[in-house]
Amino acid sequence: MSEPASPTSPATTPLLSLRGVDKSFGAVQVLHGVDLDVHAGQVTALVGDNGAGKSTLVKCVAGIYTTDAGEYSFDGRPVQISGPKDTAALGIEVVYQDLALADNLDIVQNMFLGRERKKGGLLDETSMEELARQTLASLSVRTVRSVRQLVSSLSGGQRQTVAIAKAVLWNSRVVLLDEPTAALGVAQTRQVLDLVRRLADNGLGVVLISHNLNDVFEVADTITALYLGRVAATVRTRDVTSSQVVELITAGRSGDLGAAPASASATA
Amino acid sequence: MTTAHEPASDTGAPPAQLTEREQIAQLARATAVASPMAEPAPEPTFAEGVRAYVQRVRAGDIGSLPAVLGLVVLFVLFSSLRPETFPSPINIANLIVQASSIIVLAMGLTFVLLLGDIDLSAGVAGGASAGVMASTISVLGAPWYLAVLAGLLTGLVIGTLIGLLVARVGIPSFVVTLAFFLGLQGVTLRLIGQGGTVPVRDPVIVQIANGNVPIVLGWVLTILAAALYAGLTIRRWLGQRRRGLTRDNGGLVIARAVGVAAALVALTAVLSQNRARVPSIVLAGMPWSVPLIAVLLVVLTVVLGRTSYGRHVYAVGGSAEAARRAGISVPAIRVSVFMIGSTLAAVSGIIEASRLNSVTPGSGAGNQLLLGVGAAVIGGTSLFGGKGKVSNAVIGGLVVATITNGLGLLGQPSYVNFLVTGGVLLLAATVDAVSRRRRSSAAI
Repeated sequence: MSEPASPTSPATTPLLSLRGVDKSFGAVQVLHGVDLDVHAGQVTALVGDNGAGKSTLVKCVAGIYTTDAGEYSFDGRPVQISGPKDTAALGIEVVYQDLALADNLDIVQNMFLGRERKKGGLLDETSMEELARQTLASLSVRTVRSVRQLVSSLSGGQRQTVAIAKAVLWNSRVVLLDEPTAALGVAQTRQVLDLVRRLADNGLGVVLISHNLNDVFEVADTITALYLGRVAATVRTRDVTSSQVVELITAGRSGDLGAAPASASATA
Repeated sequence: MTTAHEPASDTGAPPAQLTEREQIAQLARATAVASPMAEPAPEPTFAEGVRAYVQRVRAGDIGSLPAVLGLVVLFVLFSSLRPETFPSPINIANLIVQASSIIVLAMGLTFVLLLGDIDLSAGVAGGASAGVMASTISVLGAPWYLAVLAGLLTGLVIGTLIGLLVARVGIPSFVVTLAFFLGLQGVTLRLIGQGGTVPVRDPVIVQIANGNVPIVLGWVLTILAAALYAGLTIRRWLGQRRRGLTRDNGGLVIARAVGVAAALVALTAVLSQNRARVPSIVLAGMPWSVPLIAVLLVVLTVVLGRTSYGRHVYAVGGSAEAARRAGISVPAIRVSVFMIGSTLAAVSGIIEASRLNSVTPGSGAGNQLLLGVGAAVIGGTSLFGGKGKVSNAVIGGLVVATITNGLGLLGQPSYVNFLVTGGVLLLAATVDAVSRRRRSSAAI
């Protein structure tokens, strides 16, 4: 966290790094030579219009799609990704927009779903509850009263909190959040953004996909703008204004920023 | 706020920014202590525990409360209408034997209902399995245990076929099991022959529903069961308290253990009375189906509540998509619940064959299935999936059997019985649907 970690500084080793990623579905090429860096302790926002390739890129990072070309490196080492199991093993977790929680189970049960802890063949509820509490405490979650309440009794913000806590429970190092505040009210958005910030403060690499530039400017350290499947620019949040990012999203360039894919990759 | 979110530091960052960063980290640590999760969970007081339960009920999580109340009402009603016959030990024992096959059928259906599916063929699957069992004895002369095994295997095969058709081919369970409901009646008819009956005379099988546990053994089992329940729940509660985990009020835990023990002792006391109509013989002790149901109840409750398989069943029933993303094989779970459902239906069919001493082509066809589904739903298992317990089947089965038994004692014609049972099932389904709406509206 204390070492220099800006995307323009070549000295840093990003936690997760994609270089020149191409992805086509049949005749349609969705991603063109995309570069993406995720640094530990930083929030990287991924912005772009509908169809810019955000979701495809996230699925490539998560290993759900295999890339046609390009390099994938983790911790500075190139890795081969052939499926979601590989990325899970690296500690990459995705929190999807529809949260994938079971309403009829409680928070602990949801957090450990599919990866239950067992003792003597039976579920080890004690250690699961302890670990769930520790995880929520480490994220300074104050909005959840009891880990034994059913998810159906939670508000949208609390559900998002549980989904994020579930993702960090597994010693993950990179968390990708797909529109975490899309369906939330003001106060709940506040809670979730605080949580996103705290994830980064705890040393994780966070990728935030969002349409909401207010959210992005509030928590992101760097912004990667996609335009028609290309990286328009990767910029530091404090170096740009909201209207510049809007131009990057809608036109692919803003003044001397971004634009030509060649210049975007030149920063790598 | 915005300055707090700048990158940790970059080359040439002023030292003030670094300290600010540290301050944030310290703040995060400080707030971590303030999180309620960092402190041991407080134990609710007795009143809080009761209030929390009332609140859950009002939010639509009613469980088997209506069934328990209904059972009490029915007992009071029938006891006051037929004070000579209904509460007599012989009728209580009779009622429990009548309820046994329904309870076991409903236990199996609970697994299927937990996924939001339905098994319309469970009743006739039990009939066909009992037919196979009876024929194995009468035609092949096999010993009882091989015959029972053949019956159970029949159920398992039926369940596997249904499960594969539902989960792998993708036919709605309603259609698959409706087809099996018709087809299996043909199988039983072919096996037994038009208008025929296969008598069940094997002493061991007849004993299941007609024999009684020796009184001393019955008391030993009862005390053992009550002590085990109390010991395990209190030990678990102590462990939760030691580690500061979420738990019930200690008084409530003890009250529940005492309540279970009292119910078990009362039941055994009633069943241990001599209920013979003639003075020359002694007829006392709990029917063998009672310990059989108790064992099934304990084993299946552990499977559903304390194993990851059971957890996955609930997860698939609650949200198949969430389960799939958690790496759970949804089709495998779906096949497995039909296998369990039909195998328990076979057990139910064998108990029924034991009670009636015979298997007929109509075994399990009539309203057996309606009673089974009714028992599960009345007990509190949701038709919409994801909610229900094996113990619900026991309470619901007792309610259904009490209705049938009481109406019979009142001398009502059988059409009344059909009407009332159908009405009660509809009522239970209504309660289920309404409470489900309350649950979802209580969410946000």
